[in-house]
Amino acid sequence: MSKELIRLQDLTMEFDGERVLDGINLYFNDHEFLTLLGPSGCGKTTTLRIIGGFLTPTSGTVTFDGQVINDLPPYKRQINTVFQRYALFPHLDVYDNIAFGLKVAKLPKAEIDRRVHEMLETVSLKGYENRSVESLSGGQQQRVAIARALVNQPKVLLLDEPLAALDLRLRKDMQIELKRIQRSTGITFIYVTHDQEEALSMSDTVVVMDKGRIQQIGRPEDIYNEPKNAFVADFIGESNILDGVMLSDYRVKFFGRVFECVDEGFAPNEPVDVVIRPEDIDIVAPNQGHLVGTVTGITFKGLNYDIIVEFKGFKWLIQTTDYHGVGTTIGIRINPEDIHIMHKSEYSGLFGDYSSYSAEYDELTEDAGDEEE
Amino acid sequence: MKKVNRFLTVLVFLFLYIPMVVLIVASFNTGKDITQFDGFTLRQYVRLFQDRNLLKLLGNSLLISVLASFTATVFGTVAALGIHGLSPKLRKAAMTLTNIPMTNPEIVTGVSLSLLFVFIGTRIFGQRNCLTFWTLLIAHITFNLPYVILNVMPKLSQTDASLTDAAMDLGCTPVQAFFKVTLHEILPGIVAGAIMAFTMSLDDFVISYFVSGLDFVTLPVEIYSYTKKPLQPKIYAMFTLLFLLILVLMVAMNLIQLYGDKKKAASRGAGI
Repeated sequence: MSKELIRLQDLTMEFDGERVLDGINLYFNDHEFLTLLGPSGCGKTTTLRIIGGFLTPTSGTVTFDGQVINDLPPYKRQINTVFQRYALFPHLDVYDNIAFGLKVAKLPKAEIDRRVHEMLETVSLKGYENRSVESLSGGQQQRVAIARALVNQPKVLLLDEPLAALDLRLRKDMQIELKRIQRSTGITFIYVTHDQEEALSMSDTVVVMDKGRIQQIGRPEDIYNEPKNAFVADFIGESNILDGVMLSDYRVKFFGRVFECVDEGFAPNEPVDVVIRPEDIDIVAPNQGHLVGTVTGITFKGLNYDIIVEFKGFKWLIQTTDYHGVGTTIGIRINPEDIHIMHKSEYSGLFGDYSSYSAEYDELTEDAGDEEE
Repeated sequence: MKKVNRFLTVLVFLFLYIPMVVLIVASFNTGKDITQFDGFTLRQYVRLFQDRNLLKLLGNSLLISVLASFTATVFGTVAALGIHGLSPKLRKAAMTLTNIPMTNPEIVTGVSLSLLFVFIGTRIFGQRNCLTFWTLLIAHITFNLPYVILNVMPKLSQTDASLTDAAMDLGCTPVQAFFKVTLHEILPGIVAGAIMAFTMSLDDFVISYFVSGLDFVTLPVEIYSYTKKPLQPKIYAMFTLLFLLILVLMVAMNLIQLYGDKKKAASRGAGI
């Protein structure tokens, strides 16, 4: 097993009496790629800034390699950061930006030269050493920021939404690039993002946060397949979330019908949230379906259609590769392994209803999630 | 429309620079006064450099201006950093307080400073003749400070706060972070503030008049006493030189900024 490197214990943070972090307990292992994922204002950036030493927590402890470092200033921590808008030094060129930390540490000139050129190669920016950082594209500036942090050979690299300013194509390329760099250097990456897809595709461990609290910690597959509450189910991917009652192990009742499922360990007749992913639902002829509903909306998504289907006044999102026009009556079948049962939580009833669904909805929420202070 | 614009622009520049042209022409004039142009001569310049008294006054003015603007630049920059670190509400209050002395009539500032110096001088140091070089210097630093703060503040708010974070992240103490990063970002503001302070100091008459004693007088104060009799043409020569000095300073500053970027590339090896 890998070694524990950083531990956050009962961490709380308040700004002007407003609680931004509320009892964070978390540990980070050596060589791990861990992502703090959550919407704007969930406390992920605050957590990162506390680890970096830019904020002192209101209460709780930060432990690094067994030592409490609450009051250790950033310049004494073996941690480096890639900032949200890169924060490259405009008066220095690419070379001097990357060499900055090494020069502050007063390393011999030859050593600095060797490491900077090595790093330029790692981030594929060979030949750019004399360029002004302002003449670089967003993606190149991003690489310089990563090189400037990594050249100091930190034990931990913090990345604060580093890809948020890049366009989609470049973002995908950089995701692969970052993952490669993390593997080859073996440095622990702590990555902050509001983009669930980014989190799932890059991380070893995902920490889902909301309202200053950790909602779930797990491997990407577990977070997606076994969300702990309605917030996680909705934030990670799309989910239809319904009220149900767990009659007994493996038997759940919703929409007045009993379904077989694979979940157990709930109290008899416990009210639960039932999660069904839109891609797991099979569409069949109306007379063969578990449920019968009417299509009320359809959006072409490229890979598939998103259709909105109304069942007894409740609207579901279903993803299908076949076209079903508005007004069509369809039947659906749900297999036991496609049903996921969750305990009721403070988030129950807030998510997973597509009654107000529109095609623009996704874009709106994505834009709104960018800034965080 | 375009023609009108161009015409107006030319007109504005004429208004701004014709007085200087007249002064320069007058400094080379062999005639008795400005109404009479007879021919070209450098005689006034020769006279200027033979006039020990005038040169000493010029020296006094330059000394006060350099010392006052330098000190005000250092203090003003530090003050701007402090004000920038305040909460937005307090910052606004501080900036208003900083701006008032600038709009305050100079004569009020001059008289009040003079009263203060005399009060402190007689009460605390028990001296009757307390207006000296030092009171003049203190007064100049005082009225220069707001100009420096005013020039540095906008540069500070333009500077990305995460640059300081980044510097500390890479091992700088807060002081190192200031000198290695923040200073470079706000340098244009500091230089602009310093030059403004220097020129304000150099040509200040009203305040200097009230706070200088008999043993140390600046050029504008002395020239004021000349105006009761006709101004000597060698003064035109000196003003021409002062004007050229400022011109050279401004051009040099622009050139330095242009040149600075290109130099670095040559000084390092190509690597492996």
